[in-house]
Amino acid sequence: MCLGIPGELLEVRDVKGLKFGKVRFGGITRDVCLEYAADAVAGDYVVVHVGFAISKIDKDEAARSFAVLEDLGQTGELTADMAEQLLPRSGPWPGEEDP
Amino acid sequence: MKHPDPPPFSDCPIPISETEEILLGHGSGGKLTARLIESVILPALASPALEALDDQAVVSIDGTRLAFTTDSYVVTPLFFPGGDIGDLAVNGTVNDLAVGGAKPLFLSLSFILEEGLAITVLDRVLASIRRAAARAGVSIVTGDTKVVDRGKGDQMFINTAGIGSLRPGVSLSSRRVRAGDAILLSGPVGDHGMAILSTREGLDLEGQIQSDTAPLHELTAAILDACPDVHAMRDPTRGGVAATVVEIATRQRLGIEIDEGAIPVRDPVRGACEIFGLDPLLVANEGKLVAFVPQNASAGVLRAMRATPLGAEAVRIGTVTEKHPGFVVVRTLIGGERILDLPFGESLPRIC
Amino acid sequence: MKYLDEYRDGGVASSIAKTIAETVTRPWVLMEVCGGQTHSIVRYGIDRMIPPEVELVHGPGCPVCVTSLEMIDKAHAIASRPGVIFTSFGDMLRVPGSRGDLLTLKSRGADVRVVYSPLDAVRIASQNPAREVVFFGIGFETTAPANAMAVYRARKEGVGNFSMLLSHVLVPPAMAAILQAPGNRVQGFLGPGHVCAIMGYREYESLAERYRVPIVITGFEPIDLLEGILMTVRQLETGRAVVENQYARAVTRDGNPAARALVLEVFEVGDRKWRGVGSIPKSGYKIRYEYRMHDAEKRFHVEEIATEESSLCISGQILRGLKKPSDCSAFGTLCTPQKPLGATMVSAEGACAAYYQYGRFLDSASLPAVTAQAPTA
Ligand code: SF4
Repeated sequence: MCLGIPGELLEVRDVKGLKFGKVRFGGITRDVCLEYAADAVAGDYVVVHVGFAISKIDKDEAARSFAVLEDLGQTGELTADMAEQLLPRSGPWPGEEDP
Repeated sequence: MKHPDPPPFSDCPIPISETEEILLGHGSGGKLTARLIESVILPALASPALEALDDQAVVSIDGTRLAFTTDSYVVTPLFFPGGDIGDLAVNGTVNDLAVGGAKPLFLSLSFILEEGLAITVLDRVLASIRRAAARAGVSIVTGDTKVVDRGKGDQMFINTAGIGSLRPGVSLSSRRVRAGDAILLSGPVGDHGMAILSTREGLDLEGQIQSDTAPLHELTAAILDACPDVHAMRDPTRGGVAATVVEIATRQRLGIEIDEGAIPVRDPVRGACEIFGLDPLLVANEGKLVAFVPQNASAGVLRAMRATPLGAEAVRIGTVTEKHPGFVVVRTLIGGERILDLPFGESLPRIC
Repeated sequence: MKYLDEYRDGGVASSIAKTIAETVTRPWVLMEVCGGQTHSIVRYGIDRMIPPEVELVHGPGCPVCVTSLEMIDKAHAIASRPGVIFTSFGDMLRVPGSRGDLLTLKSRGADVRVVYSPLDAVRIASQNPAREVVFFGIGFETTAPANAMAVYRARKEGVGNFSMLLSHVLVPPAMAAILQAPGNRVQGFLGPGHVCAIMGYREYESLAERYRVPIVITGFEPIDLLEGILMTVRQLETGRAVVENQYARAVTRDGNPAARALVLEVFEVGDRKWRGVGSIPKSGYKIRYEYRMHDAEKRFHVEEIATEESSLCISGQILRGLKKPSDCSAFGTLCTPQKPLGATMVSAEGACAAYYQYGRFLDSASLPAVTAQAPTA
């Protein structure tokens, strides 16, 4: 279980004594409770589950472990930042050039 | 441990009707809807036109071929980002005619209103009906109004029926879909369903996603101009693109392959689908079209679709095949495969 | 989307799959513990990409599926009362108890609402002071901090009409139960990434040591899962049995202490029934006595409702990979996806549901593996 999606923290604010933040997921933003990610600041990525940030993404760790994956083979120059621009598009279908 | 015999699936008794009463899921476009139609409605009313289960019927009057369709509109909330029940009721019926290859001409309009509904609400809906009808080039020629007791209707239900003239020479039906056909999609999926869901369930995304409700008659005309021999067109509403392709695969005993990476999804819809755990393929659309086109015509049809405003982002998403008849297989983003299946009822946000 | 798209890259995925194939020299049985991981495996067709030597047994599933009949019957009883607004995560609404599911109850007029976050339920309560607002608090450890916060805030802000029907399950006791079972086939685990984001993975270290079983804490994206499988297979092939952390970008050994502290302020560990399996000692949370006014079981006096799990259901053995759905006498007759008895039929990805949907076609060579891989013995 446990759908948890990483999003970018845009701003932090206080609502009735609780720490909240606006988090961007793709093209939408949503309010998220930051009580359990108290050290997160704007620009950080947090993993969000049922409206709560349950952990802050460790950017260095992500970069390091992705480098390990790159070593595995064909990942080439793909980096986390580049992936922002990656659109799920596949090539032309067999027997047909794209119009 | 040993299991000497293959499991006895072939004689697995699948009950025909598992429920004795109507559930919300029977209207969701998922499996329950399909079962209700096949095990309750069709046996009672069997006729060749009904059995095609296309979005419209083709009838002939003194040699003139007409397309005829009807649909009821039940939506909470009545007004949602990008539209309301009024333009939905016009566009939905216009689209059912258009995807049958017809030029939509006349609509009927029936209201079932709940006692206590504010007249200003009705005014707003009527204004948007007028606008939508003008945009689609149809006339509303007959109508009816009934009022039910407070609590017996959810503010307003609308039924529309529509008649359109069929283009000479075209014959569109899911029965004509053949192995080898290319499957084309007119644009990004999931906008309408996510706009409704995010508003209705208080999911706090108000206004960030707009419904795509729109009339498809210009797009379908452009497609038929490019290729009068298109085999079938559908508008993937309830149950999304998945319901459309699964229904055709199952009923026509054909295999369908879909390339997940080719499915366009707008950024906001994508983000919302991720956080609520929904598959964009299963989310409703109100202004999209799926066309089944002979392989050699697909490039030309795509070009024609892209030249229209509603088809600017059209793509080929898959192929009809002789393999795995009755099943839709999705080639996933990472190159794996899965069987595309419909949920029993409507998709709900999940935490798991 | 950053931190999602790069973990769904086809090129990386196939190179990891290739490495798994090069690494494996004999058959291994792995279990992914968490239903979210199962979902990704099925959704992306990962089970079709890895070599046949690696068998994935789907684990106890998700908290929605394992929620006991009894709890759903309690939810039914509470939601049926006049004046109650019953709130829940969406996926819980369709799970049938012995008197049907909550969606059906809603269509008969009960006020049942989907919320995305438990705090939304508290907000509904403060906006409707004259109504009783109940939230169905289910989940693994991942969801516990959110549910605990809702109860904590309700008390702090004096939202006296808010209460929670709590049915939390804990992962390590379930893993221990699987490992202790006679005839256990599972040789390695993909550990539940988001559970460990909260709990850390010290508990898993003692499991790995005690049962000599490799556990790789794994994320949820396809590349996470493939890498987790590779790391587990590497351990098995080299005879190691330790905890490794594939999901280091989101999980640390200590987890999230702030979240755990609030969970333990509001909840305490207790026994819990699992659907189709029965009671597992110390495998769930209960609301502490100090917070009893927000405990819906006490508030609505439904504690005495007791529903026996079906004696026919063998989903416990199916979960452990010991039996097949076709071994069950209820399969396809008394137990169907619309009237499921055990968790493995509730979840669309559960072994029983997958067999029900696709079993007839399992031998068709042109088809991808069906949603759940059949446990074979
Ligand atoms: S078929 Fe139903 S009753 Fe039998 S093991 Fe599976 S879930 Fe349990």
